[in-house]
Amino acid sequence: MSSVKIDPVIPPDSAFPRYRPVADHALLVELGEAIDPALYERIWQLDAALAAHPIEGVTETVPAYASLLIDFDPVVTDHQRIKQAVERLLRESGDKRAAGTLREMLVCYESPFAPDLDAVASATGLDPEAVIATHLAGSYRVVMYGFVPGFAYLAGTPEVLRLPRKPTPQRGIPAGSVLIAGPQCLVTTLTMPTGWWIIGRSPTAILAEDSDQPFLFDVGDSVRFKRINRRDFDIAARRG
Amino acid sequence: MASASFVVTAVGPHCSLQDHGRKGLMRFGVPQSGPMDRTAFAAANLALGNPADAPGLEISRTGISLDCTAGSITVAVAGGGFQVEIDGITHGSWSVTTISAGAKLVIKPGFWGNWCYLAFAGQLQATSWLGSVSTHGPSGLGGGRLVLEQQLTIDHAEIRAQRVGDIPCPVFARPRHNLRVVLGPQEHFFSAATIATLLSQLFALSDAYDRMGVRLTGPSLRPDAKLDMPSQAIVRGSVQVSGDGASTVLLADHQTTGGYPKIATIISGDLDGFVQLRSRQQVTFDEISPEAAIDIARTRHQAQQQYFAALHKAVGRARDPA
Repeated sequence: MSSVKIDPVIPPDSAFPRYRPVADHALLVELGEAIDPALYERIWQLDAALAAHPIEGVTETVPAYASLLIDFDPVVTDHQRIKQAVERLLRESGDKRAAGTLREMLVCYESPFAPDLDAVASATGLDPEAVIATHLAGSYRVVMYGFVPGFAYLAGTPEVLRLPRKPTPQRGIPAGSVLIAGPQCLVTTLTMPTGWWIIGRSPTAILAEDSDQPFLFDVGDSVRFKRINRRDFDIAARRG
Repeated sequence: MASASFVVTAVGPHCSLQDHGRKGLMRFGVPQSGPMDRTAFAAANLALGNPADAPGLEISRTGISLDCTAGSITVAVAGGGFQVEIDGITHGSWSVTTISAGAKLVIKPGFWGNWCYLAFAGQLQATSWLGSVSTHGPSGLGGGRLVLEQQLTIDHAEIRAQRVGDIPCPVFARPRHNLRVVLGPQEHFFSAATIATLLSQLFALSDAYDRMGVRLTGPSLRPDAKLDMPSQAIVRGSVQVSGDGASTVLLADHQTTGGYPKIATIISGDLDGFVQLRSRQQVTFDEISPEAAIDIARTRHQAQQQYFAALHKAVGRARDPA
């Protein structure tokens, strides 16, 4: 192993923000290329600024770790006009922290909802109770959604619980499964396969179909997990 | 209140209920969905005098058979070159016709196309999710996929005799082999030689084709840079390349974010024609500038609006040359 690390991918124009046109209907604004809280805070600021000061022709924005996609109607506007408007917003929006709302999610860490709890315990050298306590102590933020509807990437899994993927993914994981995934924590919203570690199940619906606010949280919100026992899980699950 | 009913007597995979889809929810992991071929879907509705995005059926390459079990209703078929038969009598593959209880409507694969639309002169009963009956393929949420023996009910069913006849199929609804792309947004993950390969070689659609996307066969487009980018938003039309160099065009039910680089993005106006290509048909990619892409979008919008307006107004098309 060489002691000198050379990163071959730094392009010659490494100045951010970068504006990348996407076909005839979107502009991708990149503020960096790392997974870094300082970066995604700035993405949320820009996203909030766009919501507060709508740009003509913008149809939606999609925040991710280090980038924001701005989709627009090409009949009304174009890449250049969106870019100029974003540059103005970035100049003016300053350093306001995106506040976000605190959301609570209930989690039951009991069998059969936590098939990987023991494996996580042995991989981390903690006992299962300590894994639960560490997970509960984490401070989580919703960084982005993806993969399937309502599947949120929560940053903030404590260092000690950050494990690589399991060697083989498992199919048919039920909705509500609480997964730890490297530095992220995820709660499934549909039955899906996963290679991540299942440590509990939440009865809190992220995706409420008949509601003015169909998704429990927006990007930038904070999430706190609250432990419940099996009996309370069943009651909460029945309530829906 | 007059209603009409159908029962599904034969159906293949990927047939579903669709309308305008869900716009503005990609930030929550929800793609727009909606019809794969938006032009043809709108044409079927407008030819009946419906709003362009009224709920209807999207029928995949394998076709469908429907028995009309109650009522009488005028329906429209558009999209691709399918064979449309009512009680064994052949109708135009883009046409408006009236069907009554006891009749059998069969839509079979024809000479070209992958997706065909059936619109109704009435309100198709359907389950809505987040403001749309469009079926989100991976979850089945929304109106849902069509299954054997499913009953379809259309409320306020009408006979619109003055609408019966052929629907003109515009040039921009034909299959499109030559796809115009704007490079990127992650073209910097690829060498100049790989980009030249994309823009000069033939690719083809594979059988790995559903509403989420279609994998292409052809030369490898292996990225040169390390695949270490944090997940970013994906759009319909993204040409995404995996680490082994295989490319996939993402379509109506695409994942909203992903960590693989997108070498290029197909302009929106070429997607309806692209999805009507079948597996093993070939495509080429032509680079255009973002400015040219905007110009094309505006020109297309104008042509499409003219076509749609004429369709919506037209009555007695049977007597007009298509």
